[in-house]
Amino acid sequence: MLKKRIIPCLDVKNGRVVKGINFVDLKDAGDPVEQAKIYSDGGADEICFLDITASNENRDIIYEVVEKTSKKCFVPLTVGGGIKSVEDINKLLNCGADKVSINTAAVENSKVVIDSSKKFGSQCIVVAIDAKKNGDKWEVFTHGGRNNSGIDALEYAKQMEDNGAGELLVTSMDRDGTQVGYDIDLMSRISSKVNIPVIASGGVGNLDHLVDGIKLGKASAVLAASIFHYGKYSVKEAKDYLDSKGIPVRI
Amino acid sequence: MNVTIVDYNSGNISSVINSFKEVAKNKVTIEVTSDLNKIKSSDKVVLPGQGSFKSCIDALNNIDGLTDTLNEFAITNKKPLLGICVGLQMFADIGYEETETKGLGWISGKVSKIDNQNSKYKLPHIGWNQINIIKDSRIFKDINNYSHMYFVHSYEFIPEDKNVISSTTDYSSNIVCSVEKDNIFGTQFHPEKSDKIGLKIINNFISL
Repeated sequence: MLKKRIIPCLDVKNGRVVKGINFVDLKDAGDPVEQAKIYSDGGADEICFLDITASNENRDIIYEVVEKTSKKCFVPLTVGGGIKSVEDINKLLNCGADKVSINTAAVENSKVVIDSSKKFGSQCIVVAIDAKKNGDKWEVFTHGGRNNSGIDALEYAKQMEDNGAGELLVTSMDRDGTQVGYDIDLMSRISSKVNIPVIASGGVGNLDHLVDGIKLGKASAVLAASIFHYGKYSVKEAKDYLDSKGIPVRI
Repeated sequence: MNVTIVDYNSGNISSVINSFKEVAKNKVTIEVTSDLNKIKSSDKVVLPGQGSFKSCIDALNNIDGLTDTLNEFAITNKKPLLGICVGLQMFADIGYEETETKGLGWISGKVSKIDNQNSKYKLPHIGWNQINIIKDSRIFKDINNYSHMYFVHSYEFIPEDKNVISSTTDYSSNIVCSVEKDNIFGTQFHPEKSDKIGLKIINNFISL
């Protein structure tokens, strides 16, 4: 049986982890390579890097980080943040990323998803959807949540599947950072709308939220950042908990 | 000994390279090339493959003499070859992704879309699934049955001769996830992304 995946996400800025795991024996808490290795050794099913580097002159650092990480971690590595073109995707894949997550560029230019999924295969193209509730629908936001595109998130999800996305990473902006749980309604609606896997993101505060994301939100994978970063839970604890709730996980 | 990973513009092969280099350390030379003479003179060949069946076959055919060289290596000279993902699928006679495309024809059979039972199952089949080992395979030496492997694919290889199947995995149906026929090995899953157990499979292939 296919297992539900747990994906820890690391925010990387100028080549350094912004919110890291607080482990006493960690030599360098800001080193993304070392942190990714801890996650993969701890049983993470995949690793996700979100590059939040703002300045252009430091944009190339992420390539170096990906290159080093892929030589140490032998589980899938997804990299997102600031991807604008097929060429950016090509560079990340050549450095050793297994998948890329495309956000703003997918909204602004649908050709990026169409062309890249044709060129590299759908398996490495993840479209990241940042959605915020407005009345009885959800709208897609871009530029790290700053701009409202006004596009309906459910329609957009379907369109991205048609364009060749292999997976959708759905983040509820209403829940992100709140630690009150995923937006289950959003997750389950998108998951029911498309036939590609949905990764739930935004709002995890405890392990029951992961269970809800899978059982109620119908997500194929759950992504979380802060509950792992601050050592509140280990990936192993999360998996054991999911297992105890009858969710199939790789242990 | 040297092992050649065939670089034929079949998409992203960095992870395959990294994993083989990690396992090989300094004991085995890992070459990454499409140079026909280098392929001919190598002891083992790895045929990766990402994207569609058609795009991979097209990419092979785009390099003059590559298909002939691979035929000579695997069929005439019977040297060990490992196909990964679409690399395995290309062993078939025919594939139906995008359009009907002729495969290498090394193992009779076809590659068709996984039956997702009217959308009851998501496609691609992405993530970790357990392998059910049904035949002893040399690349599964010291690999426990029901080990987890990382998959990402929407098409499956259906060989005519079921005796070539060394393991299957359970999704919407029983999916062939590895084959062994004489000197030819293939995995539908990605050993290069399947953590320590995947590296062990790579080591088993290198150590053949």
